[in-house]
Amino acid sequence: MNGVHDMGGMDGFGKVEPEPNEPMFHEEWESRVLAMVRAMGAAGAFNIDTSRFYRETIPPHVYLSSSYYKKWFLGLEEMLIEKGYLTREEVAAGHAMQPAKALKHGKFDLTQVERIMVRGKFARPAPAPAKFNIGDRVRAKNIHPATHTRLPRYVRGHVGVVELNHGCHVFPDSAAMELGENPQWLYTVVFEGRDLWGEDGDPTLKVSIDAFEPYLDPT
Amino acid sequence: MSEHHHDHDHDHSELSETELRVRALETILTEKGYVEPAALDAIIQAYETKIGPHNGARVVAKAWTDPAFKKALLEDGSKAIGTLGHVSRVGDHLVVVENTPARHNMVVCTLCSCYPWEMLGLPPVWYKAAPYRSRAVKDPRGVLADFDVSLPKDMEIRVWDSTAETRFLVLPMRPAGTEGWSEEQLAELVTRDSMIGTGFPRTPGAPS
Repeated sequence: MNGVHDMGGMDGFGKVEPEPNEPMFHEEWESRVLAMVRAMGAAGAFNIDTSRFYRETIPPHVYLSSSYYKKWFLGLEEMLIEKGYLTREEVAAGHAMQPAKALKHGKFDLTQVERIMVRGKFARPAPAPAKFNIGDRVRAKNIHPATHTRLPRYVRGHVGVVELNHGCHVFPDSAAMELGENPQWLYTVVFEGRDLWGEDGDPTLKVSIDAFEPYLDPT
Repeated sequence: MSEHHHDHDHDHSELSETELRVRALETILTEKGYVEPAALDAIIQAYETKIGPHNGARVVAKAWTDPAFKKALLEDGSKAIGTLGHVSRVGDHLVVVENTPARHNMVVCTLCSCYPWEMLGLPPVWYKAAPYRSRAVKDPRGVLADFDVSLPKDMEIRVWDSTAETRFLVLPMRPAGTEGWSEEQLAELVTRDSMIGTGFPRTPGAPS
């Protein structure tokens, strides 16, 4: 979706402000949100792409004025309601009132913690040969799906070069909408800065994205 | 949860509302039997103690001292790091990109906040915030200036936008004046930002 989360190339957000000796969490609730997101995801309530999509659908003015973990919280709460794990009445009451919905991988308990400290695996067997080879020139499609996609706006319509082939991976555009993993070839595609940003762009800049095969056309 | 008091200059009513809502959600998830609060505690503790830039620093220091490891690391980051018993386990699809005198690498996630957690820990706020995510792909030299970092005018700058489940770690150049240093000594020079590409390793003798 053409949401405000798709920030590459936007102007006006000001300087980057690194915080010296930044703590891991600025408030205790942030750590609880992180843990709940990790736990409910591991229990099978949602996949990582669905959780990203719910954060992207936070209204733009709320997205831009919320801290990172506030966005995680808002996305988590809405997603769990829409997926039927809790109700708005329960959220308003602050207590469980309805029977639980079964979780795909069961309750998240202490025995599960170790396994979530390593990222999941996203590589899948290839359903078909790769269409593109290293060195091929490809054009990022001019597509504007209203649903989740990982093709940022700033590369759409532009020509780049395939630099790496990462194999076949779960396709976020499908997984986010719970339409299955639909594995697709994944490539690093590199663009010239001036192709993206025009003649005033930094002539020494190259930008790459990791692009799934359905995002790309041959040139 | 323990009692917590904060004196930050946040909007206090907004903060306490969020805190209440987060607590309510945890209560509901617990009452419904979805999560065990002790397991949430354990997740937080694991993030606080097991991951962090020290993991990435060891990998970089090893690459600086062991050419065979460096070659393997650049070919398949996850596989090479998997051979180091003393580094925390790394997930799949880690791509290590090497800075050279001709090219500087920088990592961003314009769409959300993808970051190599196992190597660097949880990302800092600036990495997840709009100024960095918006400008890194368009004006990386301007972003570097915010970090008081500048590059030679004609050096190529390559920005890696983490748009999939691949993760990127920058292998910075080894600082001059470190000939004969041990891996442990070198690891002390490797900063988090030097592995994101928004900084350089410390130079010998500089305060850590």
